[in-house]
Amino acid sequence: MRSKIVLALGLVGVPLLLRNLYVILFNLPDEMEQGPVYRIFYYHLPAFFAATLCYTTAMVCSILYLVKKSARYDAIAMACTEVGLAFAAVNLITGMFWGRISWGIWWAWDPRLTWALICWLVYFGYLMLRKAIDDPTERAKNAGVLSIFAYVSVAITWKAIEWWRTQHPGPVLSIRTGEQRIDPAMEQMLYVNTLALATLAAIFVITRLRQEEVQREIDALRRYAHAL
Amino acid sequence: MFYGLAVAWGILAVYAVLLGLREQDLKKQLETLKKMVEEKK
Repeated sequence: MRSKIVLALGLVGVPLLLRNLYVILFNLPDEMEQGPVYRIFYYHLPAFFAATLCYTTAMVCSILYLVKKSARYDAIAMACTEVGLAFAAVNLITGMFWGRISWGIWWAWDPRLTWALICWLVYFGYLMLRKAIDDPTERAKNAGVLSIFAYVSVAITWKAIEWWRTQHPGPVLSIRTGEQRIDPAMEQMLYVNTLALATLAAIFVITRLRQEEVQREIDALRRYAHAL
Repeated sequence: MFYGLAVAWGILAVYAVLLGLREQDLKKQLETLKKMVEEKK
């Protein structure tokens, strides 16, 4: 069943990603002020949305784990966090490339950038914490609590572009600003590519979740083998 | 601009490859353990 879902998502997501790449590179016009470099934005922002979606799911599953004590929720939270980190890395690094071209520097200790980095490091710490605790119940409990607190950094990163008017560009999407600040065709492509990256994120999460279940089967077999 | 797009695709491709490698490794570990448990029985 799960393989069929991955296959179905792949059949939708991969062609959509390739179609979007073609449209981004060859169909959409250059931005008036930035020129072609603005195209990085089509991956920078959707990757942030995909990561935020993963972190939000991880936070919800961590709460569910702490309430219901079902290992399945802990596994989903772990899978979502790891995939979220990959997409957040895309967000950070594409932003650095854009900054290098637009600002002439790879990095600025701007509050918006700094919070995105803090958020990435906090979730990286979540994965490190999981590696450091051997007992599965203790690991899930501690990781669950950290995941809930870590979400504060996601919320701050999300609001940072409104709270601090600094070097990083402000919000541009009409759903957030209430007015049309960029060309509708460009905005539409942002949503479509967000959908494509979210589909890819779902494929990664399902695959990672399956691996976590196999890992738990391996751990159980190891304990059984020792007991024999 | 192309480097920026390439790095986005690159990170996701590397992550997909790492997932694939981990999957193979886990399958091998599971098979080895199953054999070991069968032998111990």
